[in-house]
Amino acid sequence: MNRVVIHAEQLSKRYRIGQIERPLQLREVLTRALRSPLSFLRPAPRETFWALKDVSLEVREGEVLGLIGRNGSGKTTLLKILSRITRPTAGRAEIRGHVGSLLEVGTGFHPDLTGRENTYLSGAILGMRKQEIARKFDEIVAFAELEKFIDTPVKHYSSGMYVRLAFAVAAHLEPEILLVDEVLAVGDIKFQKKCLGKMGDVARAGRTVVLVSHQLNQIRRLCHRALWLDDGSIRRDGPTAEVVSAYEAAMTEGDRSSPSRSNSATQKARFLRWEIAEPQGNSPHTLHTLGPAKVRFLLEVHQPISHAHHGVALYNADRQLMWGYGTDNLDLQAGLHEAVYEFPSLPLRPGMYSWLVTLWDESGAVDLWESIPDMLVATESYQHARDEWAGILNLPIALKIGPCTESRFPVVSPSGGNPT
Amino acid sequence: MAFSGTSTAPLEQHSAAPSPLFHIAPQRGWFELRPRELWDYRELLYFFVWRDVKIRYKQTFIGVAWVVLQPLLTMAVFTLFFGHLAKLPSQGLPYPVFYFAALVPWTYFSTALLGATGIVVENQRVITKVYFPRLILPISAVLSGLVDFSIGFLILVGVTLGYGLHPGFAALYLPFLLLLAVATALAVGLWLSALNALYRDVRYVMPFLMQFWMFASPVAYPASLVPQRWRWLYGLNPMTGVIEGFRWALTGQGSPPGVLVLASSAVVLLILAGGLLFFQRMEGTVADLV
Repeated sequence: MNRVVIHAEQLSKRYRIGQIERPLQLREVLTRALRSPLSFLRPAPRETFWALKDVSLEVREGEVLGLIGRNGSGKTTLLKILSRITRPTAGRAEIRGHVGSLLEVGTGFHPDLTGRENTYLSGAILGMRKQEIARKFDEIVAFAELEKFIDTPVKHYSSGMYVRLAFAVAAHLEPEILLVDEVLAVGDIKFQKKCLGKMGDVARAGRTVVLVSHQLNQIRRLCHRALWLDDGSIRRDGPTAEVVSAYEAAMTEGDRSSPSRSNSATQKARFLRWEIAEPQGNSPHTLHTLGPAKVRFLLEVHQPISHAHHGVALYNADRQLMWGYGTDNLDLQAGLHEAVYEFPSLPLRPGMYSWLVTLWDESGAVDLWESIPDMLVATESYQHARDEWAGILNLPIALKIGPCTESRFPVVSPSGGNPT
Repeated sequence: MAFSGTSTAPLEQHSAAPSPLFHIAPQRGWFELRPRELWDYRELLYFFVWRDVKIRYKQTFIGVAWVVLQPLLTMAVFTLFFGHLAKLPSQGLPYPVFYFAALVPWTYFSTALLGATGIVVENQRVITKVYFPRLILPISAVLSGLVDFSIGFLILVGVTLGYGLHPGFAALYLPFLLLLAVATALAVGLWLSALNALYRDVRYVMPFLMQFWMFASPVAYPASLVPQRWRWLYGLNPMTGVIEGFRWALTGQGSPPGVLVLASSAVVLLILAGGLLFFQRMEGTVADLV
């Protein structure tokens, strides 16, 4: 059994609300002290919230642990504590080994410095020795595909170039323990695949990795074990498949019942969940085919609605509208309904997409639901190899190139002879 | 173990030494200095200084020239207004030498202190994303000023020799005087840096503080102007000792550093110790505040 490299006991982190909103001004502190000295000495009661509550976990050497959970569930806070960026309010932890933390892309980059200079600077900040950076420099530049621009100031880079260089530096960090926070969610699909590959290498090389991601397929692919954090506490800890499925199940239904969303007392109808009805695969939210597919939305109607309008929209990860459709004059009785969309094909570029479904009646919006989880399109790619020529559509073509067989149009030969 | 990565040696630089063990716990107690850790991160310190210097020179239009121009121009202004117009005494030295010998260490001190005060807040993005001993930041601010100082110092030596004045053995005092200036900048800088991270309006106080401090030091006038009974208080200002010392070390004229320099050094050490403690105390949670 491998030794334990991360051992955390009852880690807790409390934030004062006022602390985050706005740092204090010295003159405020002084005026408060002068006006009422006694109240100044008593610590001002401020609203607090616990970002983490009694989190205990153990990670063994070589394990790849996935951290999942909604936004605000404490994942980043946990990583920050394990990276020693901030201290816990209570609890303790022990880490055996050098830690590299990737909490953002481009840590330490300065716009006026060149790519080369930033590589050294960022590498040093992330924890690499100068010698190490020098040794890996060519590899890093090659990974980022920026050989020609490495000596240009980074402020002249496009956002894509910036991200590639930043990630290339980060990807060559080889600490014993790697803590990664969703940095893989940047860049285009091709680059993400490259990064995933490098991440995989890191994992296979026996390094311990703790990975935070919203992309559950990433977690499934890379992690042996997953930890589900909900509202600052551990909800589930176990083998990846188990935890991720439990999380997904809760997300498709659980989010609909969160108090901030529904005002079910007055809501006439609401969308419950969605799935890919056909073809049936391992995951109801992953599309594997470029052929016919059926997408199903479940709608729960509480009160009869007449003359309703139902709309659907599909957005990509960059929030571009791929497709939208609307139906009018719907009459719905109370009960469970479904809207099934049959597509002959969904020729979309592989990646994450989100559905938006709406229901309106004469009085206004009945429900607008941004469906969770996102739809992952994981099909073969019929796109140009180069990212800038790939585009939004992924059209499953068949291509034949060869000598001209026949043509409907007269063909004029280059020598200017008669048409054949 | 087969892997398709590009590097062929796993866990390279760490495989020789046993893996270090890090303890993570809430802030407890007052004293937690970790000199070993600072030493481990010395390369990062170098990179921060390098970054600061590189950026300073890249951004300014006149670049390196500014390092030289700024004290020279100030010297010209002082010579004109304090010297020729106000006719303040200059301990027998020609006005330009008198002022420039003070302005070179003073400019270093002022730049270093201002740099140190703001550096934690300026680097808030990095602080919230990566761990390194935060103490490295104010130290790097104080060290990066030395690069400009060296250039200014060379000009100063040139100007001094140009006026026919020669430093004697007294020049051997210069490194110690410089060290005192560095220590003072660091000591006060640690306090201000931490305070600035906690209360953002500290930086508005800085211009006033520096102006006041400049006039409280013998930059524009000799210390002999200060009445005898206040001389002890005046001498507690470490920059008094530094500036008077610089003038004396470079020209052989003026008053050599006396007991007061030792007293002010002791004060600096106290402030430094306090600053280190205060800064470390704030270090653990600064990432939550910036």
